[in-house]
Parts: sequence; C-alpha cells; structure tokens
Amino acid sequence: MSAATIISLPDQSTARIPKMNFLTKENGLLSWLLTGDHKRIATLYLVSITFFFFIGGALAGLIRLELLTPQNDLMAADTYNKVFSMHGLIMVFFFLVPSVPATIGNFLMPMMVGAKDLALPKINLLSWYLYVIAGIMMIYTMSVGGVDTGWTFTTPLSTHYLNTHVISAGLSVFVAGFSSIFTGLNFIVTIHKMRCPGMTWFRLPLFVWSNYAASILMVLGTPVLAITLVLVVLERTVHIGVFDPAYGGDPLLFQHLFWFYSHPAVYIMILPGFGVISEVISTFSRKRVFGYTAVAFSSVAIAIFGFFVWAHHMFIMGISNYSALVFSLLTMLVAVPSAIKIYNWAFTLYKGSITFETPMLYAIGFMGLFTIGGLTGVFLGATGTDIHLTETYFVVAHFHFVMVGGMLMSFLAGIHFWWPKWTGRMYPEKISQLAALTTFIGFNLTFFPQFILGTLGMPRRYAAYPPEFQVLNVFSTAGATVLGIGYLLPILYLTWSLKYGEIAGDNPWQATGLEWQTQSPPLTENFPEIPIMDHEAYDYEWLERQQRKEVASV
Amino acid sequence: MSDSTAIARGAAAEAAHPHPGEHPPYQRHHFETVGQQFDATNFAMWLFLLTEVMFFGGLFASYLIMRNWYYPAFVEGSHQLNIGWGTANTAVLIISSFTMAMGVWSAEMRKKGMLLLFLSLTWILGMAFLGIKTIEYHEKWVKHHVPGLNWSDSSFLNPASDPEVHKDYPGDKPLAPEMAQKAEMYFFLYFAMTGMHALHMIIGISILTFMIIRARQGAYTTGHVTYVENFGLYWHFVDIIWIFLFPLLYLISRFPNS
Repeated sequence: MSAATIISLPDQSTARIPKMNFLTKENGLLSWLLTGDHKRIATLYLVSITFFFFIGGALAGLIRLELLTPQNDLMAADTYNKVFSMHGLIMVFFFLVPSVPATIGNFLMPMMVGAKDLALPKINLLSWYLYVIAGIMMIYTMSVGGVDTGWTFTTPLSTHYLNTHVISAGLSVFVAGFSSIFTGLNFIVTIHKMRCPGMTWFRLPLFVWSNYAASILMVLGTPVLAITLVLVVLERTVHIGVFDPAYGGDPLLFQHLFWFYSHPAVYIMILPGFGVISEVISTFSRKRVFGYTAVAFSSVAIAIFGFFVWAHHMFIMGISNYSALVFSLLTMLVAVPSAIKIYNWAFTLYKGSITFETPMLYAIGFMGLFTIGGLTGVFLGATGTDIHLTETYFVVAHFHFVMVGGMLMSFLAGIHFWWPKWTGRMYPEKISQLAALTTFIGFNLTFFPQFILGTLGMPRRYAAYPPEFQVLNVFSTAGATVLGIGYLLPILYLTWSLKYGEIAGDNPWQATGLEWQTQSPPLTENFPEIPIMDHEAYDYEWLERQQRKEVASV
Repeated sequence: MSDSTAIARGAAAEAAHPHPGEHPPYQRHHFETVGQQFDATNFAMWLFLLTEVMFFGGLFASYLIMRNWYYPAFVEGSHQLNIGWGTANTAVLIISSFTMAMGVWSAEMRKKGMLLLFLSLTWILGMAFLGIKTIEYHEKWVKHHVPGLNWSDSSFLNPASDPEVHKDYPGDKPLAPEMAQKAEMYFFLYFAMTGMHALHMIIGISILTFMIIRARQGAYTTGHVTYVENFGLYWHFVDIIWIFLFPLLYLISRFPNS
C-alpha cells in the first residue's frame, strides 16, 4: 500500500476548533438532559449504546469461554441459557437496532437533507429517554436473575415453563421498541418535509435512502412486536392467552407475529449500515456511487421484500409445505437487491482513485464479510438445506457474519468516518488501521469455524458438546479474544483523540456531503444559513470547483 | 430540477419571508415556515396512527384466528355481552367524534368559546364511554367472567351454581366443559382488546384535559391549530378502532335464524 491519502488537514499550528459549536453552546448536565439538538441526542445515544455493547460483549466472552471445553464446566447449564439470552437481547435491542440510526443517523440526517434539526426534536429526546428506561429495566432483569428464553421469547416456553424474569424483559423490549419507532418516525417526517431547497429525492445521499428504508420497517414492524410482547406478558400474568396450546392457543401464531417484526428487524439493523458503506466507498474512491438510483431503490426493495419472508424462520416449526415453498422463493428475492448493492460498490471501486484510510478498511472488510453472510443466507432460505442447518451453529455464524461482520464493521466505519465532524478532531490513523485489521482477523477466526461446526451438526444453545468439536471451538474462542481487543482499541484511542487528536478542519476527507460543507463540530443549527443544493450527490467536480473558487477569492 | 430553478425557489422562499426574525411565536426555530411545521407534524401524526394500526393489527389477527378455531364458544361468549350498553357506547363515541371535529373547526375559525364547549363535550362523552365500559366490566366481574383474576368455569357449566348471580341473569344456559374453556379465550381477547382501547381512551382524555386548560388561555385560537387537529386525528382513530371492536365482539351471530 502506498502512502497515498486524501486526508487534508488545516495547518496544525494555527488551526483551532471553532469556539461556537454544538458541544460548547451550553454547559452543564441539564443542558444535555433537556436538549432538543439532534447532535447532542446522538451523542447521548452513542455513549449509551457503547455501554450496552460492552455488557453484551462481556456476555459473549462468557459464552465463548464456556465453549472452550466440551464439558459444561464454567457455569451451570441454566446460567449458560441466561447468558446467551441476555447477550442476544442486549445486542439486538440495545445495540444493533439503534446503533447506526440513533447515533450516526441522528447526528447526520438533518445535516444531510440541509435542515436545522429533525422534524420532532422533543420526540427525538423522548426516544432516548425510552431507550434509557428500557435499558434500566433490562439491567434490572439481569441483576435479579435474568431470563433464559433466548432472545426470541419462544412460547409456550416463555409463558408457561420458565421461572425467570420474562415479564420485565418483555416490557423492557416493549419500551425499547417505542424508542425505535420514534426514531424511525422522526426520520421519515424529516426526509419528507425538511429537505432544503434544491434537495430532490435523487440528490439525497444514499445514507439517507437506506435510513429511510430502515425507518419504514421500524414504523410498520415494531408495533407488531410490541403487541406480541404485551400478549406474552398478559398470558404469563393471567394464565390464559392465545399462544399456549394448553389453553387452546397457537404457538405458531406467536412465531408468525414475532418474526413478522424480527425478520424485518435484521434489515432495520443492516440497512443503515449499507448507507454508511455507500458514503465511505464513494469518498475513498473519489467517484459517484455506481448506479446511484439502483442502490437507492435496492434499499426500498429490501424493506418491501423484507416484510414477506418471515416464515423462513419457521420451516421446521410445522408450517405447511406450500407456504414453506412460497416463503423460500420470496427469501431468494431479497438476495437480488443485496447483490445489487455489493456489485455497485464493487463497480464504484473500479477505476476509482482508492485510498485506504481506516473507514475504507472497515468498509472493504464489510463487503467481504457481508457477502459471505448474505450468500449463506441463501443456503438457509432453501428449505431443504435449512432443515438440516437451522438450529445449528451454521445459523449462528450466518447471523453474526451479517450482524457483526456487516453491521458492526459498518458502524465502526461510520464512527471513524464522521468522528472528525462530530468532535472536530482526527482519530490516530495508524493504530486505527491496526484495529480495523485486528477486528477483521479476529472476526473470521471467531465465526468461520462456526460454519464448519454447523455443517458438522453442532447444535446451538447448548453449554456442552461432543469432544470432537473442540478444536474448532478453541479457534473460535481464540478469535473472540482477538476480536475483543479489536473492539477495545477504538474506545481507547477515540477517547484519547478527544483531547489530543489533530484538528480536523471542515472537510478532512474532501467529501461532498452537505455535512462536510459546514464547520466541525457543527453549529447547533448546523449551517450558518439553510443551504441550497445545486448539484448532484457525490459530485466531486462540484467540490473541486467550489475549492478553486475559495482559493481564488482568498 | 435544474440548478437555476432550485436557486430561484430558494429566492422565492426568501421573498415570501423578508424578515426571517419575525416568526409567529408558535413557530419552532428549526422550521423554515409555519406551513412546513404544520405539514411535518401532521404527517408525523398520520405515521403514528399507522404504527397504531399495526399495533392493533396484531390483536385483531390473533382474534380472527381464535374466532375461526372456536367459533361456537365465541358465539356463546359474545352473547354474554350486553348489546344495549355496547350500542350506547358506539353512539357515544360517534357523537364524540362529531364534537371533536367541531372543536377543530372552532379552532380554525378562532372561536374560543365554541372550542371550549366542543372540547368539553368531547371530554364528557369520553368519560361517559369509560363509565359505561366500567359498568360492563363490573358485570363481568360479578359473573366471574374475568380470565385470570376472577374466573370460574362453573359459571358457564352451571350458571345456577351461584344463585345470587343467576337470579339477575336467568337466561344463561349451561355450556359443555370444552365450550366453557374456550369461552375463557373469548373473554381474554375481549378484555385485551377493549382494555387496550380503553387505555387509548384514557390517554386521549388526559391530553384533552390538558388541551381544555390551554384552550382557556387562548392557545389554539390564534391561528395555530396543529395541536388540536392532530389530537382530532388521534381521537377519530380511537373511535374507528371501536367501530371494528363493536361488531367483532358484540355482534357475533345475534340472529342465527334470520
């Protein structure tokens, strides 16, 4: 790799962080807790989801430690059930769902459409408070003994057979759901009604498009999960309900309702990540995203198809062969828009002037890992293979390739990419490149062996396993350790950079988005005056003309 | 849109508001115009109602499946409901939707007295609905028809087993054990659905109370009707939910021979 880089920082001896910005405008705890500023709320969200990420991560570490040996020795089997359930609940509802939309999305959405704030700032703040309340309820659940239903609340296990804290966990997810609904609702209204003059739909950055698609899913899907959890909690409380066959209920009905949300939920988690990758790939190859319109519509297509594939989680649950056939076919359809994205990113790279700064490293890692995760999804969408592979580690590996290899990589790409905008300071480049590499290696070491374990038939959700699986499990646990270091590094050097990082200036990446045309960190109202969008998205020639004009006027 | 028209549009927007500092007091700082503020909050309310449709949709889906499975028991359960109170409540809610619509109209016409009158009428009708619902719930409690809290199969197997109750409801016929058990499913759904609806009514009435206080201070009659209008949308939505609940719960096979 050559030393080529597009980073252009202001002269460090004279550069200063602008005195007036959203971080310094007001001081004191209350100015944060009562803020309506989307950038401050995004910051609050960033701190809270990082907190939950490390709890979820610690639980993941415990799972991998237990699986180091075939015997069930580190913890009791019941404890293991609780640990993996809490890991799933926390990671899905408290990290993955809000990760990109509520932090990076919250921070960027108004700036990208050229507005001063989201349409509903108070609702935005309410969303964070709901998240915090839900988080406290989840920590309460964990501290009084946890829940061991898995993150899926499977009935009648959850309503009838267990003595763990299903009710508080269910209510916690219910509240977290409303936090996510309000974020989605706010985004849709903002994108429809708050675009600046000249900002047509097809001039929006692709990050906005993909968050728009994810918001549709949040708004339409999450309420169904909410009512389902209400019914689970009611059934557990009054001992009669619609899910438990002992009372005449239908456990399949629960599965239908739950996956009606929870399948689209994986697109809620991954779509905003796609948006980040589009921005990063374009910036670091100095090219407009290839097939902009196709990439924009592929997000919406994923959102729409996403609502018609849920029963592929239920192939072994006794749904009819005909619906299995139809849902299998529909599942294959989702591969089309996903592939459109990957191909278009690849074509964006083609003949681009590529540089390999940290966000780009994460993005390229994303493309590889997401492709593997997506392709194995096609295996699982085919009914025959799915019946063999579901309930094995193959599913665990597939899900983690998409969610950790896909979503988490794109989250970190986004955090590094917009860190200079957010804080006004650069992260240290060399060590962060090392972290990106560590994450990639650690990730593959952790989860690739699980594909093999799955095809060999190792079932998921057990604390013990036959000794012949040990070698691969040791690889996986070793990988998890490396991965853990990969995640610890950013938190250390990003915190360090808050004080010691180089001053970034307005546009260190020479990127074209509106958010880069304002100061870093931005003003509370984002722009000195509402911008007028007079060029297409990702128009690097426009940026060049703009800079030449500036030089000329100086 | 070409560059020049975009700029022209921006210039036009500026021309319409030559003094950007002079906004009506109710315009929030991050909106460019009052029109944008109204559009955005109104659109947000419609989206919120969409989430509510999905929320109740889960309940309705569960209801329809259970009703298909246990139709005879649902007929028996439904016949336990008091159709008179149900009809009265439907009428109360429809009238309240009318008074609410009149409230929005009064706010638009800037008639403070009328607004207060119609909001108060809506409030009273909302409370009347909850009052009637309480009477109905109380009747179910007395008859031991509340699943989980006060339920007895024998009140269906042999209604005469509790003579105190039976003398008030002499028409109740004994049911087979299987039917009695599935009637519990019906009543579970009845309480879940009407309870969720009543919760929305309680939230609505609380907001209405707040709005009446604000309306007395003249908050909605100076041209800023967004809040009243959006609340109206919510109120009509809750009304519509009841319009579906009433036939689904009360009117199952009322006249089997006709």
